Amino acid sequence: MKARVHVTLKNGVLDPQGKAIGHSLNRLGFPEVGDVRQGKYIELEIAETDKTRAKARLDEMCRKLLANTVIENYSIAVADEIDWKKE
Amino acid sequence: MKAAVLVFPGSNREGDVAQAIELVTGRRPAMVWHGDGDFETTDLIVVPGGFSYGDYLRCGAMAAQSPVMAEVRRRAARGVPVLGICNGFQIVTEAGLLPGVLMRNAHLKFVCSDVHLKVETSQSLFTNRYQAGQVIRVPVAHAEGNYFADAETLKRLEDRGQVAFRYCAPDGTVDGSGNPNGSINNIAGIFNETKTVLGLMPHPENAVEPMFGGSDGKGLFEGMVEALS
Repeated sequence: MKARVHVTLKNGVLDPQGKAIGHSLNRLGFPEVGDVRQGKYIELEIAETDKTRAKARLDEMCRKLLANTVIENYSIAVADEIDWKKE
Repeated sequence: MKAAVLVFPGSNREGDVAQAIELVTGRRPAMVWHGDGDFETTDLIVVPGGFSYGDYLRCGAMAAQSPVMAEVRRRAARGVPVLGICNGFQIVTEAGLLPGVLMRNAHLKFVCSDVHLKVETSQSLFTNRYQAGQVIRVPVAHAEGNYFADAETLKRLEDRGQVAFRYCAPDGTVDGSGNPNGSINNIAGIFNETKTVLGLMPHPENAVEPMFGGSDGKGLFEGMVEALS
Protein backbone atom coordinates (compact mmCIF):
# COMPACT_ATOMS: atom_id res chain seq x y z
CA MET A 1 0.00 0.00 0.00
CA LYS A 2 1.00 3.61 -0.40
CA ALA A 3 2.04 5.58 2.64
CA ARG A 4 2.59 9.27 3.13
CA VAL A 5 4.73 10.92 5.77
CA HIS A 6 4.75 14.63 6.53
CA VAL A 7 7.63 15.99 8.56
CA THR A 8 7.26 19.50 10.00
CA LEU A 9 9.21 21.64 12.42
CA LYS A 10 7.81 21.73 15.93
CA ASN A 11 6.09 24.88 17.11
CA GLY A 12 8.59 27.30 18.56
CA VAL A 13 11.46 26.07 16.39
CA LEU A 14 12.63 28.89 14.15
CA ASP A 15 11.93 28.16 10.48
CA PRO A 16 13.97 30.67 8.46
CA GLN A 17 13.02 28.99 5.17
CA GLY A 18 9.32 29.33 5.95
CA LYS A 19 9.92 32.98 6.87
CA ALA A 20 11.74 33.64 3.57
CA ILE A 21 8.90 32.00 1.62
CA GLY A 22 6.36 34.15 3.49
CA HIS A 23 8.29 37.35 2.71
CA SER A 24 8.52 36.42 -0.98
CA LEU A 25 4.79 35.75 -1.17
CA ASN A 26 4.06 39.08 0.51
CA ARG A 27 6.27 40.81 -2.03
CA LEU A 28 4.59 39.00 -4.92
CA GLY A 29 1.23 40.53 -4.03
CA PHE A 30 -0.07 38.11 -1.40
CA PRO A 31 -0.28 40.36 1.66
CA GLU A 32 -2.76 37.97 3.27
CA VAL A 33 0.01 35.44 3.90
CA GLY A 34 1.12 35.41 7.53
CA ASP A 35 3.18 32.71 9.19
CA VAL A 36 4.64 30.09 6.80
CA ARG A 37 6.12 26.78 7.95
CA GLN A 38 7.99 24.54 5.54
CA GLY A 39 8.17 20.79 5.87
CA LYS A 40 8.94 17.57 4.02
CA TYR A 41 6.64 15.16 2.25
CA ILE A 42 7.77 11.56 1.77
CA GLU A 43 5.84 8.95 -0.21
CA LEU A 44 6.57 5.28 0.37
CA GLU A 45 5.40 2.04 -1.17
CA ILE A 46 5.01 -0.54 1.61
CA ALA A 47 4.75 -4.29 1.06
CA GLU A 48 2.05 -4.74 3.70
CA THR A 49 -1.73 -5.17 3.57
CA ASP A 50 -2.61 -4.50 7.22
CA LYS A 51 -2.98 -0.77 7.94
CA THR A 52 -2.22 -1.05 11.65
CA ARG A 53 0.96 -3.03 11.09
CA ALA A 54 2.04 -0.67 8.31
CA LYS A 55 1.54 2.34 10.56
CA ALA A 56 3.47 0.80 13.43
CA ARG A 57 6.39 0.17 11.06
CA LEU A 58 6.16 3.68 9.61
CA ASP A 59 6.19 5.13 13.11
CA GLU A 60 9.43 3.26 13.76
CA MET A 61 10.86 4.54 10.44
CA CYS A 62 10.03 8.10 11.42
CA ARG A 63 11.66 7.78 14.82
CA LYS A 64 14.77 6.05 13.45
CA LEU A 65 15.41 8.07 10.31
CA LEU A 66 12.73 10.13 8.61
CA ALA A 67 12.29 12.73 11.36
CA ASN A 68 14.56 14.21 14.00
CA THR A 69 12.20 14.39 16.95
CA VAL A 70 14.36 16.99 18.68
CA ILE A 71 12.95 19.60 16.31
CA GLU A 72 10.44 17.83 14.08
CA ASN A 73 6.95 16.35 14.28
CA TYR A 74 5.67 13.78 11.84
CA SER A 75 2.32 12.54 10.65
CA ILE A 76 1.64 9.26 8.91
CA ALA A 77 -1.10 8.37 6.47
CA VAL A 78 -1.63 5.00 4.83
CA ALA A 79 -3.82 4.33 1.81
CA ASP A 80 -6.66 6.89 1.87
CA GLU A 81 -6.56 7.40 5.57
CA ILE A 82 -4.82 10.23 7.33
CA ASP A 83 -3.67 9.89 10.90
CA TRP A 84 -3.34 13.30 12.55
CA LYS A 85 -2.99 12.13 16.12
CA LYS A 86 0.81 12.12 15.80
CA GLU A 87 0.82 15.88 15.28
CA MET B 1 48.18 8.10 19.42
CA LYS B 2 46.59 5.92 16.78
CA ALA B 3 43.60 7.54 15.10
CA ALA B 4 40.91 6.41 12.68
CA VAL B 5 39.29 8.88 10.29
CA LEU B 6 35.91 7.81 8.90
CA VAL B 7 35.16 8.37 5.23
CA PHE B 8 31.59 8.58 3.88
CA PRO B 9 30.51 9.14 0.30
CA GLY B 10 30.60 12.94 0.18
CA SER B 11 33.15 13.50 2.98
CA ASN B 12 35.66 16.14 1.90
CA ARG B 13 37.73 17.17 4.93
CA GLU B 14 39.05 13.72 5.78
CA GLY B 15 42.39 14.52 4.11
CA ASP B 16 42.73 17.79 6.03
CA VAL B 17 42.13 16.20 9.40
CA ALA B 18 44.38 13.23 8.56
CA GLN B 19 47.14 15.69 7.71
CA ALA B 20 46.64 17.64 10.94
CA ILE B 21 46.85 14.40 12.93
CA GLU B 22 49.97 13.30 11.05
CA LEU B 23 51.53 16.70 11.70
CA VAL B 24 51.31 16.27 15.47
CA THR B 25 51.71 12.49 15.78
CA GLY B 26 53.98 11.63 12.86
CA ARG B 27 51.58 8.78 12.12
CA ARG B 28 49.11 8.61 9.31
CA PRO B 29 45.65 7.74 10.69
CA ALA B 30 43.71 4.76 9.40
CA MET B 31 41.08 5.80 6.86
CA VAL B 32 37.90 3.80 7.47
CA TRP B 33 35.19 3.46 4.81
CA HIS B 34 31.54 3.93 5.90
CA GLY B 35 30.58 0.34 5.08
CA ASP B 36 33.29 -1.07 7.33
CA GLY B 37 31.60 -2.15 10.53
CA ASP B 38 34.73 -3.72 11.99
CA PHE B 39 37.87 -1.61 11.83
CA GLU B 40 41.14 -1.74 13.73
CA THR B 41 41.27 -0.62 17.33
CA THR B 42 42.38 3.01 17.72
CA ASP B 43 42.80 5.57 20.51
CA LEU B 44 40.63 8.12 18.71
CA ILE B 45 37.88 8.12 16.08
CA VAL B 46 37.40 11.22 13.93
CA VAL B 47 34.21 11.90 12.00
CA PRO B 48 35.26 14.50 9.42
CA GLY B 49 33.52 17.32 7.59
CA GLY B 50 31.89 17.26 4.18
CA PHE B 51 28.50 16.40 2.78
CA SER B 52 28.01 12.74 3.68
CA TYR B 53 25.40 11.09 1.46
CA GLY B 54 24.85 14.47 -0.19
CA ASP B 55 23.20 15.81 2.99
CA TYR B 56 20.05 13.97 1.84
CA LEU B 57 17.05 14.04 4.20
CA ARG B 58 18.95 15.90 6.95
CA CYS B 59 22.67 16.60 7.35
CA GLY B 60 24.23 13.54 8.94
CA ALA B 61 21.01 11.52 9.13
CA MET B 62 22.01 8.82 6.65
CA ALA B 63 25.63 8.60 7.81
CA ALA B 64 24.43 8.16 11.40
CA GLN B 65 22.78 4.87 10.35
CA SER B 66 25.78 3.48 8.43
CA PRO B 67 27.54 0.25 9.53
CA VAL B 68 30.65 2.15 10.65
CA MET B 69 28.61 4.40 12.95
CA ALA B 70 26.99 1.41 14.65
CA GLU B 71 30.52 0.32 15.60
CA VAL B 72 31.46 3.90 16.60
CA ARG B 73 28.45 3.96 18.95
CA ARG B 74 29.60 0.70 20.55
CA ARG B 75 33.16 1.97 21.00
CA ALA B 76 32.03 5.39 22.27
CA ALA B 77 29.96 3.58 24.89
CA ARG B 78 33.18 1.86 26.03
CA GLY B 79 34.85 5.28 26.31
CA VAL B 80 36.81 5.47 23.05
CA PRO B 81 37.15 9.21 22.29
CA VAL B 82 35.22 10.50 19.28
CA LEU B 83 35.79 13.85 17.57
CA GLY B 84 33.11 15.08 15.16
CA ILE B 85 33.94 18.12 13.06
CA CYS B 86 31.35 20.06 11.03
CA ASN B 87 29.40 17.37 9.14
CA GLY B 88 30.96 15.01 11.68
CA PHE B 89 29.26 17.01 14.47
CA GLN B 90 25.97 16.67 12.60
CA ILE B 91 26.56 12.92 12.22
CA VAL B 92 27.38 12.28 15.89
CA THR B 93 24.32 14.26 17.05
CA GLU B 94 22.10 12.33 14.60
CA ALA B 95 23.68 9.14 15.94
CA GLY B 96 22.69 10.14 19.47
CA LEU B 97 26.25 10.48 20.80
CA LEU B 98 25.60 14.15 21.55
CA PRO B 99 22.31 15.90 22.36
CA GLY B 100 20.61 18.53 20.23
CA VAL B 101 20.65 19.17 16.51
CA LEU B 102 22.35 21.38 13.92
CA MET B 103 19.75 23.38 12.01
CA ARG B 104 19.89 25.56 8.92
CA ASN B 105 21.85 28.79 9.59
CA ALA B 106 19.42 31.46 10.81
CA HIS B 107 20.29 33.76 7.87
CA LEU B 108 19.99 30.85 5.40
CA LYS B 109 23.44 31.51 3.91
CA PHE B 110 26.44 29.25 3.67
CA VAL B 111 29.06 30.82 5.91
CA CYS B 112 32.74 30.44 5.06
CA SER B 113 35.03 32.63 7.17
CA ASP B 114 37.27 32.73 10.19
CA VAL B 115 35.48 32.92 13.52
CA HIS B 116 36.62 33.51 17.08
CA LEU B 117 35.92 30.87 19.69
CA LYS B 118 36.02 31.10 23.44
CA VAL B 119 37.40 27.93 24.98
CA GLU B 120 35.07 27.15 27.86
CA THR B 121 37.23 24.64 29.71
CA SER B 122 40.70 23.17 29.62
CA GLN B 123 39.46 20.14 31.57
CA SER B 124 39.07 17.66 28.73
CA LEU B 125 41.26 15.42 26.62
CA PHE B 126 40.47 17.70 23.67
CA THR B 127 41.07 21.13 25.21
CA ASN B 128 43.86 20.58 27.76
CA ARG B 129 46.34 22.63 25.70
CA TYR B 130 44.11 25.71 25.96
CA GLN B 131 43.24 27.94 28.92
CA ALA B 132 39.62 28.34 30.01
CA GLY B 133 38.47 31.66 28.56
CA GLN B 134 41.15 31.70 25.85
CA VAL B 135 40.07 33.07 22.46
CA ILE B 136 41.16 31.18 19.35
CA ARG B 137 40.61 31.90 15.66
CA VAL B 138 39.61 29.06 13.31
CA PRO B 139 37.56 28.84 10.11
CA VAL B 140 33.96 27.69 9.68
CA ALA B 141 32.34 26.50 6.45
CA HIS B 142 28.75 25.35 6.73
CA ALA B 143 25.10 26.04 5.95
CA GLU B 144 23.67 23.99 8.83
CA GLY B 145 25.56 24.93 11.96
CA ASN B 146 22.80 26.52 13.96
CA TYR B 147 22.92 24.48 17.17
CA PHE B 148 19.61 23.93 18.90
CA ALA B 149 18.49 21.95 21.93
CA ASP B 150 15.33 22.18 24.01
CA ALA B 151 15.44 24.28 27.19
CA GLU B 152 15.85 21.29 29.48
CA THR B 153 18.74 19.80 27.47
CA LEU B 154 20.40 23.19 27.20
CA LYS B 155 20.23 23.72 30.95
CA ARG B 156 21.77 20.29 31.52
CA LEU B 157 24.60 21.06 29.06
CA GLU B 158 25.33 24.38 30.73
CA ASP B 159 25.04 23.08 34.30
CA ARG B 160 27.40 20.19 33.61
CA GLY B 161 29.95 22.27 31.74
CA GLN B 162 29.44 20.39 28.49
CA VAL B 163 29.82 23.45 26.27
CA ALA B 164 33.33 23.22 24.82
CA PHE B 165 33.49 26.29 22.57
CA ARG B 166 31.36 29.41 22.06
CA TYR B 167 31.41 31.84 19.15
CA CYS B 168 32.64 35.20 20.38
CA ALA B 169 33.96 38.61 19.33
CA PRO B 170 37.78 38.91 18.91
CA ASP B 171 38.00 40.25 22.48
CA GLY B 172 36.13 37.24 23.87
CA THR B 173 32.75 38.90 24.32
CA VAL B 174 30.02 36.31 23.77
CA ASP B 175 27.22 38.13 21.97
CA GLY B 176 25.37 38.14 18.66
CA SER B 177 28.20 39.90 16.81
CA GLY B 178 30.46 36.86 16.89
CA ASN B 179 27.74 34.31 16.15
CA PRO B 180 27.92 33.24 12.48
CA ASN B 181 24.82 31.03 12.32
CA GLY B 182 22.32 31.80 15.08
CA SER B 183 23.40 28.98 17.43
CA ILE B 184 21.61 29.01 20.75
CA ASN B 185 23.86 30.38 23.56
CA ASN B 186 26.53 30.91 20.84
CA ILE B 187 27.37 27.21 21.05
CA ALA B 188 30.09 26.13 18.60
CA GLY B 189 30.97 22.78 20.17
CA ILE B 190 29.80 20.46 22.94
CA PHE B 191 30.98 17.43 24.89
CA ASN B 192 29.02 14.39 25.98
CA GLU B 193 28.63 13.88 29.72
CA THR B 194 31.94 12.07 30.12
CA LYS B 195 33.75 14.53 27.83
CA THR B 196 34.98 11.69 25.65
CA VAL B 197 32.94 12.85 22.66
CA LEU B 198 33.43 16.33 21.22
CA GLY B 199 31.43 17.77 18.34
CA LEU B 200 32.15 21.19 16.87
CA MET B 201 31.21 23.08 13.72
CA PRO B 202 34.50 25.00 13.18
CA HIS B 203 37.50 23.40 11.51
CA PRO B 204 40.54 23.29 13.82
CA GLU B 205 42.21 20.97 11.28
CA ASN B 206 42.33 23.90 8.87
CA ALA B 207 44.20 26.10 11.34
CA VAL B 208 47.32 24.09 12.15
CA GLU B 209 49.98 25.92 10.15
CA PRO B 210 50.70 29.67 10.05
CA MET B 211 51.22 29.45 6.28
CA PHE B 212 47.49 28.68 5.92
CA GLY B 213 46.22 31.59 7.96
CA GLY B 214 46.72 30.51 11.55
CA SER B 215 47.62 27.69 13.88
CA ASP B 216 45.16 28.15 16.74
CA GLY B 217 43.56 24.79 15.96
CA LYS B 218 46.77 22.87 16.49
CA GLY B 219 46.36 22.87 20.26
CA LEU B 220 43.33 20.62 19.94
CA PHE B 221 45.37 17.93 18.19
CA GLU B 222 48.39 18.37 20.47
CA GLY B 223 46.11 18.12 23.49
CA MET B 224 44.64 14.85 22.25
CA VAL B 225 48.10 13.43 21.58
CA GLU B 226 49.14 14.32 25.10
CA ALA B 227 46.03 12.77 26.62
CA LEU B 228 45.90 9.64 24.47
CA SER B 229 49.51 8.60 23.94
